[in-house]
Amino acid sequence: MSLLEIKNLHASVNGNEILRGVDLTVKPGEVHSIMGPNGSGKSTLAQVLARRENYEVTQGSVEFAGKDLLAMKPEEAACEGLFLAFQYPVEIPGISNAYFLRAALNAIRKSRGQEELDAMDFLPLLKEKMRMLEMDEKFLNRPVNEGFSGGEKKRNEIVQMAVLEPMLAVLDETDSGLDIDALKIVAKGVNAMRSKDRAIVVVTHYQRLLNYIVPDYVHVLVNGRIVKSGGPELALELEAKGYSWTEAEPAGARR
Amino acid sequence: MSTINQIEDLTKQEYKWGFVTTVEEDRLPNGLNEDIVRAIAQKKGEPEFMLEWRLKSYRYWASQEQKQAEPKWANVKYPPIDYQALSYYSAPKQKKELKSLDEVDPEILKTYEKLGIPLHEQKLLAGVAVDAVFDSVSVATTFKEKLKEAGVIFCSFSDAVKEHPELVKKYLGSVVPYTDNFFAALNSAVFSDGSFVYVPKGVRCPMELSTYFRINAQNTGQFERTLIIADEGAYVSYLEGCTAPVRDENQLHAAVVELIAHDNATIKYSTVQNWYPGDKEGKGGIYNFVTKRGKCLGKNSKISWTQVETGSAITWKYPSCILQGDNSVGEFYSVALTNNYQQADTGTKMIHIGKNTKSTVVSKGISAGHGQNTYRGGVKILKGATGARNYTQCDSLLIGDKCGAHTFPYIEVRNASARMEHEASTSKIGEDQIFYLQQRGISKEEAVSMIINGFCKAVFRELPMEFAVEAQKLLSISLEGSVG
Repeated sequence: MSLLEIKNLHASVNGNEILRGVDLTVKPGEVHSIMGPNGSGKSTLAQVLARRENYEVTQGSVEFAGKDLLAMKPEEAACEGLFLAFQYPVEIPGISNAYFLRAALNAIRKSRGQEELDAMDFLPLLKEKMRMLEMDEKFLNRPVNEGFSGGEKKRNEIVQMAVLEPMLAVLDETDSGLDIDALKIVAKGVNAMRSKDRAIVVVTHYQRLLNYIVPDYVHVLVNGRIVKSGGPELALELEAKGYSWTEAEPAGARR
Repeated sequence: MSTINQIEDLTKQEYKWGFVTTVEEDRLPNGLNEDIVRAIAQKKGEPEFMLEWRLKSYRYWASQEQKQAEPKWANVKYPPIDYQALSYYSAPKQKKELKSLDEVDPEILKTYEKLGIPLHEQKLLAGVAVDAVFDSVSVATTFKEKLKEAGVIFCSFSDAVKEHPELVKKYLGSVVPYTDNFFAALNSAVFSDGSFVYVPKGVRCPMELSTYFRINAQNTGQFERTLIIADEGAYVSYLEGCTAPVRDENQLHAAVVELIAHDNATIKYSTVQNWYPGDKEGKGGIYNFVTKRGKCLGKNSKISWTQVETGSAITWKYPSCILQGDNSVGEFYSVALTNNYQQADTGTKMIHIGKNTKSTVVSKGISAGHGQNTYRGGVKILKGATGARNYTQCDSLLIGDKCGAHTFPYIEVRNASARMEHEASTSKIGEDQIFYLQQRGISKEEAVSMIINGFCKAVFRELPMEFAVEAQKLLSISLEGSVG
């Protein structure tokens, strides 16, 4: 059974249609990469999946774990196991990283009828994940993303993903603004999360990240449609030829 | 805050005034004149010096009223108040007794529930009859004894006038003279009751003093007067207010608070105010016109104000410090929230007189709905205040696009050695912040409350622990429905 089933998805922002019929099927255990030129709708797709309000779905359907994702609020989607690693992580002044993440984890646990974790149980868990992403413990008590460098913010996103253990993680340009060392650390964190029950969708502009997070499938999004799909070799081809050659070809190579 | 204590206070009162009240007899006719002032003093059995002071205050107020000198500079709007249409003395009103919680406004019950107020206490607050059978060991009595042992005087203002007239005479009006302003004059003429605290030399008050514990003065009415004196080397922390919503019938509240800190003494004064703010259309609600001022009289003394203001239709309030003693320290930490049609004009004045005096001002204003929130602050460095320092941080947060935030900082420096810092910011609560938290599984309401609490953190950490927790809950309740 598929984890994510996107059918003919159309979405607009401020009346401008950005997504014009996206179809995509993702099964548990798979890693998909969505590539495309600037303005092709990659981030919009990520935001729509995370249920951001000002993105209006005009047509199509999205099923997530057998449920209608488009009927969910953002927090409901999160509690169902959908995680978005933000392209631009947001700063929340005055709220510590540890406090925020425990509140998030407990909100999700609560929605599943699980017991909430107290600080004593939670801190070791968080520290372990932070070690994996090579983040200093001083970040525990720093306000969420405030004063973090670009790379620290991105690593912090993956720490959150590791703590929340989503069924589906969507990484929105997680590689942007990362130097090669940080990129490797982030990729290590993401790869550690790969499992047969979890799917990952990597949205990226460049092939570079896919050297470290090797996807099972690569899709090319152009003008709000997936115009080409293939294996990891497609990413290399794109890197060599650029995006323009895909635009001439018809869609249909989807799985 | 112990429930038992509150209940005990309340039950004692019930006995004192009886269940069927004689309110009518204890109420003076509407209007204000010298006879009314005399009648108040007489009813309270006050000594001659008090009556004289009240009369002087009244005459000053009347002259101001005639000149129509009611302050108009605040950034708030309200229809003119007819001072002759109010009654200036009534014994605490016995609320109509209800038989069960079913008779209470469900909106109020919802709020109690969210604040986590126990059922028993809910009944008391809502005025439902309670069969109070409690542990016979009175916590309140233990409390009083402990204070007595330490030599701390903590009583109602009325009791202080009778039992410690020399202290009242010495300090009353020494920080806020009756000529200070229109509302202070009005209060001085007609104040009904309030709190009195005296902490003797070298004594660290063994507990936080709270109005909750004050015996015989639960309902001090609309004109409250508080006087707190910390003698040399003394320390006291005073908590004012109650986080439960109070549906008060009195529309005009004009309180005066005076604090005096002698050499090496510290006074910490914390307020959480949640009076009736009026309804969603801005009808009703309390006008809260308060004069609060502390005098750091002695060297190395310190006065710290912390306030969380979420209630009242109109707030006009500037807890201030006169830094007279050398090396004295004044602090003001404030969160003011206005939602719906609430208006707040609040801030502080720091007046540096002594050498090396320091002041810190941290103000957080939150506006939602059609709320209007004004920070008004004055920092004055007088000639002799060599080495004075001030740090002011003034942040405003806007929720929605129909509210307003305004900042009026006044800075006056007459000594070139002064160091001043002023930081100010205005921001809108970010839709992207809310979405970020939601995407992590946190509901929209929680997300807003979390962002607001983060915004207010610098103030909340100045509050005593329990107050801080309640204040956080209060903010989220006050903001309910203001987002999305």
